[in-house]
Amino acid sequence: METILSVKELSKNFGRLQAVKSVSVEIQKGNVYGILGPNGSGKSTTLGVLLNVISKSSGSFEWFGKTMSTTNALKKIGAIIERPNFYPYMSAAENLELVCKIKNCSLDNITRTLTLVGLEERRNEPFAHFSLGMKQRLAIASALLNNPEVLILDEPTNGLDPQGIHQIRDIIKSVAAQGTTILLASHLLDEVEKVCTHVLILRKGEMIFSGSVNQMSNSEGFFELSAANNALLMEVLQKHPAVEKMELLDSKVLVYLKSPLAAEDLNKFLATQAIYLNHLISRKNTLEEEFLELTR
Amino acid sequence: MKRLLTIDLHKIFKNRASKLILITYFVLLSMIALAAAVKINIGINEFQLAKEGIFEFPYIWHFTTYSAAYLKLFIAIVVITMMTNEYTYGTLKQNLIDGLSKQEFILSKFLSLTALSLVSTVFVFIFSLILGLIYSKDTSSEVIFTDLQYFVGYFFKLVGFFSMCLFLAILVKKSAFALGLLFIWNIIEGIAGLTLRFSISEKFSDSVQKYFPLEAMSNLIKEPATQLSVIKEMKDALDPMAAAKDYSVQFSDIMIVSVWTIIFIGASLLLLKKRDL
Repeated sequence: METILSVKELSKNFGRLQAVKSVSVEIQKGNVYGILGPNGSGKSTTLGVLLNVISKSSGSFEWFGKTMSTTNALKKIGAIIERPNFYPYMSAAENLELVCKIKNCSLDNITRTLTLVGLEERRNEPFAHFSLGMKQRLAIASALLNNPEVLILDEPTNGLDPQGIHQIRDIIKSVAAQGTTILLASHLLDEVEKVCTHVLILRKGEMIFSGSVNQMSNSEGFFELSAANNALLMEVLQKHPAVEKMELLDSKVLVYLKSPLAAEDLNKFLATQAIYLNHLISRKNTLEEEFLELTR
Repeated sequence: MKRLLTIDLHKIFKNRASKLILITYFVLLSMIALAAAVKINIGINEFQLAKEGIFEFPYIWHFTTYSAAYLKLFIAIVVITMMTNEYTYGTLKQNLIDGLSKQEFILSKFLSLTALSLVSTVFVFIFSLILGLIYSKDTSSEVIFTDLQYFVGYFFKLVGFFSMCLFLAILVKKSAFALGLLFIWNIIEGIAGLTLRFSISEKFSDSVQKYFPLEAMSNLIKEPATQLSVIKEMKDALDPMAAAKDYSVQFSDIMIVSVWTIIFIGASLLLLKKRDL
C-alpha cells in the first residue's frame, strides 16, 4: 500500500498551551479517514500544520514520501478548512479561475467541478450572494479543481441544514468512490460512520486511537436481557465463562463479554438453568458510544 | 513571474472599487494639464503658469513627475485594501492551502505594485510629452530627452512607497489602521527630524533625516517651484547669499529608497512566515 502522508511526533505549542502533542500517523492511499475529536482537541491545528498555514513546533511530516516540497505537494491536494474562503466580489467562476492559476491547472476543470457540486447555473453570480450551503459546495468544487490525490475537509457540513448535509455527504461519497484519499475532520459521528473506512481520534492534542472503523466498534458487544427475576438471572450469568461484567440499568441487565458468544447459545444456556428471558437484544456500541467512551 | 502577476491583477481588476479608484487616479493625473489655465496674481504682476514655462522641455519632466507623485495615495489605498482584504476574507490562508508559497504570495503582491508603478510612470511620460509638444518652444530631440532622470526617480519613489504600504497592511491587517499608521509615521519622521535639529545641530539632522524612508522618497524629486525662473528671481532677490540648489535626482537617494524597499518587502515576508494563520 502506498503511503500518502506520514507524520512523525508532530507537536504544536501556542505559548504555554500544547495544542498538538507528538502525533504520529500514516495515511494510506485510497482510504477515507475520519478525524474525530471534541472541540479544541487539535484537529484543525493538525490540519493547519500539514497544510503549511501553521508552523510546527517540533516533529516532522512528509507528503507523498519526500519527493516534493510541501508547496508543490499542496498543488496535488484539495483542502478546505473551517469555512469557505473566497473573494466575495468575484463570481463563482472567477474565484475558481484564480484557484486554477494558483494550482496551475487547466481552466476546463471549472465547468466540470461546478457541475459536480450543482452550481453550474449560478457560476456568474457573486460569491457574496451565495447561501452557506452553496459556499460550502463551491469550496468543495474548488478543492476538486486539480483532480487531487488527497481531499482534506475540515467540518464540511458545519452549519448546514439537513438537505445541505445530505448533498455534501453524497458528493464526498462519489469522490471517495473514485479512489481519492479523503481526510474528513468532523465531530458528527454518524457522518464519519457513514463515509469513512478509518478513524483517527484526538483528545487534548493526543492521538488516542487510530484504526479502521470496524476495529473501533470491534469490541465483543453486549447483551441487553431481562427476565422475571433479574437478580437470579445475574447470579446464573456470573458463572458463565464468556461474561466479563454485568450492570443493571432500568430493569434491564447489560451483559458485557470477554469472548464471543452468540445470542442463541446464551439463550440455550439460560434455558438449561431454567431461566426464560422476556427480552434479549444483542448489541454493539455505536461509534458515538465508543467515541464517548474513549474520549471520556 | 507572469503567473504570479496575473494572480494579483486578477484580484485587483475583478474588484469594482479598486477599478474605480484606479480610473479616478488616471483621470486626476491627466488633470495636471489644467495647470495650464492657472493664473496667479502677485501684487500687480499677473502671470499664467503655462506662459512661465512650466510646460517647457525639459522643465516639464520635473514639474509633472513632482505633481503626479502626490496622487500616489490613490494607488496606495488600492495596495493596502487589497492586502488587508486577504486577511478579512481569509483568502490569504486559502491561497497558501491552494499551493501558493509565502514567498510567491509576497512576490505576486510586489510584482503587481511594481506593474502599477510602471504603468503610472509610462502614463505620466506620455502625457507630459504631449503637453510639452503643445507648449514648448524648443522641441528638438536633445532638449526633449534631457532630464529623463525624473522618471527613474518617480518610478523608485512609487515602488518604495507602495512597498511600505504593503508592509504596513500586513503588519496591522486593517486598512484604516494601516493608513493611520502611514500618517503617524509621517508625523514621527517630522518630530524626529525637529528633535535632532534642536537637540544636536541642523547639519546633523539633515545628514540623518535623509535616511528616513518617507524623507528619502520625497528627496528623490525635489520641489520644482523654486527652479522656475520667475520664482527664482524673487528668491534670489530676497536671499542673494543662498547657495545654488541641486535639483537633479541623486543616485544616493535612489539607493536609500531601494534599500528601504528591500527592507519593507523582506519584513513583510518575515511577518508572514512568523505568524500562524
